[in-house]
This record gives sequence, structure tokens and C-alpha cells, in this order.
Amino acid sequence: MMRLELVKRPQRSMLFSALSPFIAFVLTIIAGAILFALLGVNPVKAFQIYFLEPVSQVWQLHELAIKAAPLILIGVGLSVCYRANIWNIGAEGQFILGGIVGSSIPVLFPQFEGPLVLPLMLLFGMVGGAAYAAIPALLKARFNTNEILTSLMLVYVAQLFLDWLVRGPWRDPKGFNFPQTIQFNDSAILPELMPASGRANWGFVFALVAAVLVWILMSRMLKGFEVRVLGSSPRAGRFAGFGINRMVFFAFMLSGALAGLAGISEVSGAIGQLQPVISPGYGFAAIIVAFLGRLNPLGIVAAGLVLALTYLGGEAVQSALGISDKVARVFQGMLLFFVLGCDTLIHYRIRLIGLATPTLEAAPKLEEAR
Amino acid sequence: MSANQDDANLLEVRGLTKTFGTLTACDHVDLSVANGEIHALLGENGAGKSTLVKMLFGTLEPNSGEIFWNGRAVTITNPGFAKKLGIGMVFQHFSLFEALTAAENIALSLDDGSPISTIAAKARALSYSYGLPLDPQSLVGDLSVGERQRIEIIRCLLQTPQLIILDEPTSVLTPQEADKLFETLERLRSEGKSILYISHRLEEVKRICDRATVLRHGKVVGHCNPRKETAASLARMMVGNDVEAVVRAPAQGIETAQPLLEIRALSRKPATPFSIPLRNINLTVRAGEVIGIAGVAGNGQGEFFESVSGEVPQQDAASVRIRGKDAGGLSITGRRLMGAAFVPEERLGHGAAPRMKLSENLLLSRHATDGKVFVGAGGMVKSDAIYAAAQRIIKAMDVRKSAPDPEAAALSGGNLQKFIVGRELDRRPSVMVVNQPTWGVDAGAAAHIRQTLIELARSGSAVLVISQDLDELFEISDAIAVMHNGELSKPLPIVEATFEKIGLLMGGAEPGHAEHALETS
Repeated sequence: MMRLELVKRPQRSMLFSALSPFIAFVLTIIAGAILFALLGVNPVKAFQIYFLEPVSQVWQLHELAIKAAPLILIGVGLSVCYRANIWNIGAEGQFILGGIVGSSIPVLFPQFEGPLVLPLMLLFGMVGGAAYAAIPALLKARFNTNEILTSLMLVYVAQLFLDWLVRGPWRDPKGFNFPQTIQFNDSAILPELMPASGRANWGFVFALVAAVLVWILMSRMLKGFEVRVLGSSPRAGRFAGFGINRMVFFAFMLSGALAGLAGISEVSGAIGQLQPVISPGYGFAAIIVAFLGRLNPLGIVAAGLVLALTYLGGEAVQSALGISDKVARVFQGMLLFFVLGCDTLIHYRIRLIGLATPTLEAAPKLEEAR
Repeated sequence: MSANQDDANLLEVRGLTKTFGTLTACDHVDLSVANGEIHALLGENGAGKSTLVKMLFGTLEPNSGEIFWNGRAVTITNPGFAKKLGIGMVFQHFSLFEALTAAENIALSLDDGSPISTIAAKARALSYSYGLPLDPQSLVGDLSVGERQRIEIIRCLLQTPQLIILDEPTSVLTPQEADKLFETLERLRSEGKSILYISHRLEEVKRICDRATVLRHGKVVGHCNPRKETAASLARMMVGNDVEAVVRAPAQGIETAQPLLEIRALSRKPATPFSIPLRNINLTVRAGEVIGIAGVAGNGQGEFFESVSGEVPQQDAASVRIRGKDAGGLSITGRRLMGAAFVPEERLGHGAAPRMKLSENLLLSRHATDGKVFVGAGGMVKSDAIYAAAQRIIKAMDVRKSAPDPEAAALSGGNLQKFIVGRELDRRPSVMVVNQPTWGVDAGAAAHIRQTLIELARSGSAVLVISQDLDELFEISDAIAVMHNGELSKPLPIVEATFEKIGLLMGGAEPGHAEHALETS
């Protein structure tokens, strides 16, 4: 009989730490090729359609930016949570609440126009997302509930709340009973960056600015140090005088605010009104973005673009080859699986140990480093 | 001698080697233990003693080398096999379930399926016959550390081993409890059993051991008869050179000096069912003096440190006063801002974040007290300033390291402790509270740290040292108080303090503690 054992490596390889997302990407491609082959599609042709065609023209790059913007915004916020060892899985819900609260201005006050409308909407969106994220934070700080469960469950609450709003009180009275709100007025629409070449809006700029600001926060500021200390050694953080409960609120509300900003940017930029579904799972895909970007805000920008491509590729293979666009989810899942697998193997190596014939070289148990 | 003769050693080890990554914890170690002897394994912390015995007990597997048992080559693959051979072990860190009784804990380790009542009866009989009385029905959580060790020893003896390995057994005992243990060990020797006795305490090795094997940096540096050596010559073998003695000038005019740290009627409820409550603790530390707090581990020292440091603030603001002002309600940051500094027991994960650089670890305890120097406008960290300050501390404390600014986890225990103590000294704190200042630290670094603590006090600060190491406390303290079961005795001036008096207090002999008293006869 054999058993597998994970043995901690004495040193992490810096080279492979940096390469790990790329290795994961290559492994995803290989696994994807097998998947396409099993579906009876030529993998080379499929990959051409999946990864190259969606970015072969300028207007398509705009579409990529539209998809990447929310992923980056949310992913950057989540990276702060995860660095602090706080597991916010509910960005999807915070995204939706940001969209709802931000939209309250154009929906409830359609006559209100002018340059103030948009900044107020964005602010409302951030407040809405942050407030919604404060719920699992409060539950964790006050009652020590598991934030993974509470934040995840609140996603479904948010989805159903949005569904109820657009079918009920906020439904467009002149909308032929379609479940959607009125079209926002012009001053409530997030402008496009370069209308001449495509649809990309200011949301992408928000994402880049947020990434740079959070990078400065995490690498240069005392608050970022606090996040890293509490995340890696909470007892040392307590010794430093950093409060773990304050950190729970800070991390949740920061990531909630960024998810809320992503939500209102998506609604006022790409959609233009509220409808029952405003996100194709950005809040969950952003978890992959955060890890693929190694929880580094700048890496997350690159990772967001990659994940955005999987969405576009999914749509492309559906229209060109008739394969379900759920294949995008499969690719995202494989990517996360391989990233986490690579990371594990950077920290640990696998030892095969035969139980029948113990050898002198057998590995020590993890805790017994002297 | 040949391993095949009838008079073969019970245990013979040749060329045993164990590496962890790039570190060779045991390097071609030879060792022999004869029948009916108490054999000492001497060495500093980190010399490879624990690694060696873990290989003998089958919890670690060697990279190379041979082990002979009664002259027969054996491969000890797991503790079960070691027990079958007749090797028993009492670990330094106990593996007992606090919520179970002593008998249940013993039953768990004997997988022979006999009913608990039988085991309890056997354990009781055995414990009394060896002078280690034990009530098998008592809950482990209610027992003192010394009593828990008895469970471990009895559990080991129930398996009738030929060789008993004891890893630093007296580190958790009062001097009187240790005396009891030595009697038991001598009794076992007279029955022809062998004992491998691991220690770094030279006096007790000289007292009870027949032969000694000395380890340094994973290598055997000598075999000797400890009775023919002096403590100084053994220390030299262990450390490799002479250790400078700590110099302590007598404190002058302490009675009239200003009290800098006052603890008034400090009480704390237990945070968990098995932690110790603090009961009405009173203590004053004045400018210029070092007060030591002795006590067996687990008598509330950790809880006391948390309360004094402010990691856990108190309800009663006057229960801790720093430089004449109430500090009981303040956080650790607030207390630091009043001039206090703290060094906790655990280095990695409490006093320092393992995966962070030394310069970042400097920021850990000083981001508020030196806010202007290390943190600029808008909360930006001044990385040049923390780097320069870290280098200053590294130089002042002679911290040895492999890179200019390595991660804390990359340093040896002694060097990291020097950095952590230096980080606080660098502030010139007026109150310094240190828990286990030299635990697991090599002798040279320990002497350095002790000397700096004395110098800090003599320059006008109040220093409070919590330690399990009595030798250390006698070396540096002006007075020693004893913590037992969450209560603190009156400090005994060093001129009046003796090992015996302190030992009795550690066992709970002070009037009023009678109900918790251990057998100290």
C-alpha cells in the first residue's frame, strides 16, 4: 500500500512563484484541449475561436475592457480581504447592492439631471456595497460566525431582492410588464472612453486607479502592513496593537465598496437600467482573478483581462461551434484549480511512502522540523 | 566492543544522521546505553538532542546510520514498534487530553483493550510503589504540570520498558518535585532498567547520571563521566567556549526609588475552562530594579503577561499603573505610549511575524511609539527609516544573520530573541516586561540578553522578568516573587532567597495556598 504525503519545502522557489500563474494557464489550455477533443471539436480551431478571435479587432478590445473592469475592481478589493485572512465570498451580492443603491437616484428621481448625478450614483453604489458587506463583518466580529457562509448566503438574498425590485416597486410602468426599471436619463449614464472605436466606459479607468491605489496601500502604508500582519500571524498582530475586529470591518467594507462601485458602473455603463440579472457571476469569477493575480493588485489587472477573455471566448464558441457558453465556467474553474494546485506544490512537495517497507529516507511529519 | 557479545549494550547507535533540508540536525551520532545506567544526553537548545531521541522512538526516520537493540540491528519505523522493543518515552510536551481522566488517558495509549477500571487499579498501584502518587480518576485539566508528568511516566512504566527516555523532565518541576523524580529514577536503575536522560541542567546531570554524551550542533563532541567533571567543564563542552558570567552590581537606594510599574489587586476570570484565573495580584517594580517572577509553567504566567501588556485590557483601570498613571483600561498600544515595552514568550508568531522581514518586525511593536520617525504623512511607511533602525539594533545586539534584512523565521532562536529584545531596548523604555527572556536561546546569547536587562534597570528603568529558569532569575533579579495557581507571592529580596524557599513557594507552600499544595515532603 502506498500513501501520499505533502512535505513542506524548506525554501519557496521565487522563480516558480512568479511563473505559477503561467504554468496554471498552460495546464488549463492542455486540459481544455482534451475537453474540446472529447466534444468532437478540433482543439486548435476551438482555441483560435476561444482565445484569439475575441481580441482580433479594436471594438472587441473595448468589450474585453468592459468585462475586465468589474473583475479587476472586485478582485482588487477581495485581495485585501484574503491577505487579511478574511474570506469574503459574497462580492456578487455586494456588486448587486451597489448596483441597486446607485440606481436608486435615476430610478426614483428621473427628473434629476446634471453633472452631480453620476458622482452621487457612484458614491451611493460604494456605500451600498460597503453597507451590505458590513453585515457579515458585524456577524463575524460580534458573534464569531463563519464569514464564508454568511457572505455567500447574502448573495442569494441580494439576487432575490433585485429580482423583486424590478418585478415590483421599481418596474417601468410603461415597460409592457417586462421586469426592468426605466431607462436611465443621459446624465446617469457612465460615459464611454472613446466612443469612436468602441463601447468601453470609464469603469475600466476606475479599475486601473483602484488597482494602483490598493497596491500603494498594501505595499507602502501602515494600514497595508496591518492587513498583512493580521492575515499571516494574528497573535503578532494583537501584540502590535492591531484590532482584529476593526480589520474585519475594514477589509469587508473596502472590498464591498469596490464591488459596489463595480456594480453601479456596470449598471450605468454597460446596461443602462436595472434588470433581474446584472452580473454573469463577476463576483465569483473575481475570486479566481484575485488568486490568479497572486493577491497582488497589479497582477490582478492582468488576471482580470485573462478571465474577461474566458467570458468572451465562451460566447464566441457558442455562436461559432454551438458549444454551450457554460464552457467559460469550466475554463474559470480549471484555472482556479490549477493555480491553487501550483501554489500548493510551490510550498510543498509530494512524497510517495510505501507502508509495507518503510525506508530510511521516509519523510518527516510536518511539525517535526526539530 | 562488539555488538554481538553477551555483555552488549542495551542500545547502541552508530553514525545516525538526520537532515531537514539544508540543516543537519544530527550528524553521524554515536551513542551507547548500558543496562542499568542513567545516561545523560547533554546539549544546548538546538544541539540535536530531541531529534536524536525522536529517531530512537520511531517518530522520525534517520537518513542514515544504524541502531542496535541488545546487539541486534533494528529499524524503528514507528513508536508502536519502539514500545514493542521495550523503549518508552516521556516527552517534554505532554500529549494528554485535558477533558479526560488520568486513567482514560493511560488507556488510550495502551491498546490492549483491558477495562479502564483494571488500568486505573494498575496505574494506582504502580504510582504508589514508585513514590509518584496519582489519582487515576482525576481530570487532567485539574492537575498541576508535575502531576501531568507523573501520568506520562506511569503510562510509560505500565508498558514495562527496558529503556526509558526522558526529555527535559525537570523543566516543568519545582526543585522538590525534581528531587522526588530523581529518587524514582534511581529506583528504576536499581531494578536494572536503563534511562536516557536529556537535559541542559548540569547540576542534576552531575548528581544522577553515570555517563554523559555531549552534543553540539548535531555532532557528538564527547563522552564523559559527569561525576568527574565540574559544571564549568561540562558547560565548556556543551557550548564550545567559556560563557561570560553576568555581572550584577547591587541595586542602590531602591526603597526610595519611584515605582514605575504597579499592579494593584489584579484579578482575571479564566478565559477558557482550562486556563488559570488570576487572583488578586499585587506587585510594585521601582526604577532601577529587576524583579523576577518564578513559577512552574502553566500557573498563570501567560495570563499575567497578557494582562500587564494590555493585549487583554482590564475592567479596573487602577489595576495596572505605569509611571504613576492608571493604565488598566488601555490597550497594548496605549501602554507602550506611556513608556512600557513588552517581550512575549513565543518569538515566532507572537513577538515577531515569521514571514516578515526584520525591518517590518521592527514596525510591529513601534509603529505607534515612534510614529513620527517610521510613519510619514497619510500613513506611508518610511522604509528607509525602519531599515536603518533595524540595522542599528542588529549591530547593537550582535544579531547574526545570513542576509541584510532576512525574514524573522530565517534567524536562529537566539538571534531572533536578541533582535526582539533589542527592538524594545532601542526605545529606552522606562518599564520593561519580559516573559521567558532566554527560553531556547544558546548560552552566549542568553548571557548577553540577561546583561542588557540588568543594565537597562540600572540606568533607571523598571524591569519585570517572568521565567521558568530559576538559575536565570537568581542571576539577574533583585527580588523574586513566585506565581502559583494564579496567585503571586510577596517578592523575596535576592539576599534572602534560596532555591529551597523559592521551590517551596513554586509548589504552593505559602500560607493560604494550602489547598493547592503538592507533596513537597
